[in-house]
Amino acid sequence: MQTTLAKKICIYLAAALLALVIALPVLWLFIMSISSSTHLTTLPLEWWPDSPTLENYRSLLIYAENTPSQSFLYAIRNSIFIALAATGLSICAAIPAAYSFSRMPGPRRKNLLYAVIAIFMLPPVALVLPLYTVMSALGLLNTHFALIIVYCSILLPFATWLLKSNFDTIPGDLDEAPIIDGANRLQAIWYVILPIARPALGAAVMMSVLLAWDEFFYGLLFTNDIRSKTITVAIADLAAGRVADYGLISAAGILAAVPPVILAFFMQKTLVSGLASGSVKG
Amino acid sequence: MISHRKTVTAWLLLTPMIVMILGVSGYPLIKTVYYSMTGAKLVAPELTDNWVWFHNYIRALSSANFREAIWHTTYFAVISVGVEMIIGVMVALLLNEVFVGRTLLRAMLILPLALPTVVNAMMWRLIYNPDFGALNALLVQFGMLDAYRSWLGDPATALDMVIVADVWKNFPLVALIALAALQTVPKDLYEAATLDGAGMWNRFWRITLPAIMGPLSVALVLRTIEAFKVFDIIYVMTRGGPASSTKTVSFYVYQEAFAYMRVGSGASYALIVVLISACLIAGYMYLIRKHGEA
Repeated sequence: MQTTLAKKICIYLAAALLALVIALPVLWLFIMSISSSTHLTTLPLEWWPDSPTLENYRSLLIYAENTPSQSFLYAIRNSIFIALAATGLSICAAIPAAYSFSRMPGPRRKNLLYAVIAIFMLPPVALVLPLYTVMSALGLLNTHFALIIVYCSILLPFATWLLKSNFDTIPGDLDEAPIIDGANRLQAIWYVILPIARPALGAAVMMSVLLAWDEFFYGLLFTNDIRSKTITVAIADLAAGRVADYGLISAAGILAAVPPVILAFFMQKTLVSGLASGSVKG
Repeated sequence: MISHRKTVTAWLLLTPMIVMILGVSGYPLIKTVYYSMTGAKLVAPELTDNWVWFHNYIRALSSANFREAIWHTTYFAVISVGVEMIIGVMVALLLNEVFVGRTLLRAMLILPLALPTVVNAMMWRLIYNPDFGALNALLVQFGMLDAYRSWLGDPATALDMVIVADVWKNFPLVALIALAALQTVPKDLYEAATLDGAGMWNRFWRITLPAIMGPLSVALVLRTIEAFKVFDIIYVMTRGGPASSTKTVSFYVYQEAFAYMRVGSGASYALIVVLISACLIAGYMYLIRKHGEA
């Protein structure tokens, strides 16, 4: 009995430590975001503002020209648009490809699938120079279009792979039956596979949006003003700015983190089972 | 006839994906190889290029700075992934126990994962701030440090501090994968081992670890591939400084091509990075083939 009590205490101590390690940095980011910049630069540092303020959020979210709110709100708009468009484009190409990989296997197509996965894992520095020169030659730098196309190099292999492993779990008879009755493959995908695979499709969409929202490297190189700068680039700009307003930077970070964090909690189950199956089955 | 038609359909369904991948990945990769053997410059790359064969590669490999960048990247990858694996498995073992608040704690693991990489880097940069950062204030107020330090401004500590930020964000990934694997280990295996007199340590090495080794090794390789690409966190936290002490290969390529405008030699650096990544990716392919169909 003594050992189980000791074990219980150990477990709760470890759990408390883990909770603190995860929560404290984010909590501090939040506290900074509701503090005034004078409060944050007072020494010795105080851990709670005497007068919490939403001023930082206000100055980011209420539009005014030539202020941080302008670049911030444009960046949010650009990121939403680019993430959704790149996701839509990738999913449209990924669905038939995943179906083909899953239902009509062949040795050459199998090697192609491995090649697609390998491409997904390539470091972006391997592709960025020609992509940059081509976009520059076509006059597409600093446009949404350039990033939408380039993000497909990340989202498309990922979505294809995720959908393929889900289609594998759907019994083959289900879509073979309508095909014997004379339906074509696209009809089988649309009327049979997609309704069953709706949860996986949702997961693929959300994960793709998360990947696109998080992307920084291409965004940094292919954009240079508010017309197409993404939220990650805007945050990096703020963090490197000459005027170091820590409260404002923190508020921008919190706001940029809200959409992905909500998405991720919302799809927690899918995320975890996806991670698990991805690592077990490949 | 029928099977022939089926093959044609199979390829037709793949066509949109193949066309897109060739456009955004296949062609650029080949073009990078071409660039790497030229002296192309970022300004009008097609006009000023001249064929230099393997000159860029020879220069890259004999450059002490580039070798140093490879060393920083390797150090970053090995230490951060190693620590993430150890903490991740420990956290998974903890969450595999029954206690009040377990579900909440597991949900909390999602938070660092979902935080955008750039936001994570910015958050730690503020925490490490030499004048007003929380880390300095905390350590000094608890008497663990005499005076404020510039954590990211000191070449001796900068890379390690970046690693801490990376570990904080990524250990939950390992933990969640290990936890999912742990939950497939049959409980009676432990009971039998306990009855046979195996201690906690023994049970871990003989039962737990072998049972989760498959998924864990996949997580290890995946994380290593990611860690080798590291760019975002470096860019936001240190820009490769101080004194190049956090300059990794991706950052090196970025600088060579986009700050010094040397596309040709930048491409040769990039391909050396690709070669290292390719070995890791091949390891990953081997693992997923071994553990079942992709």
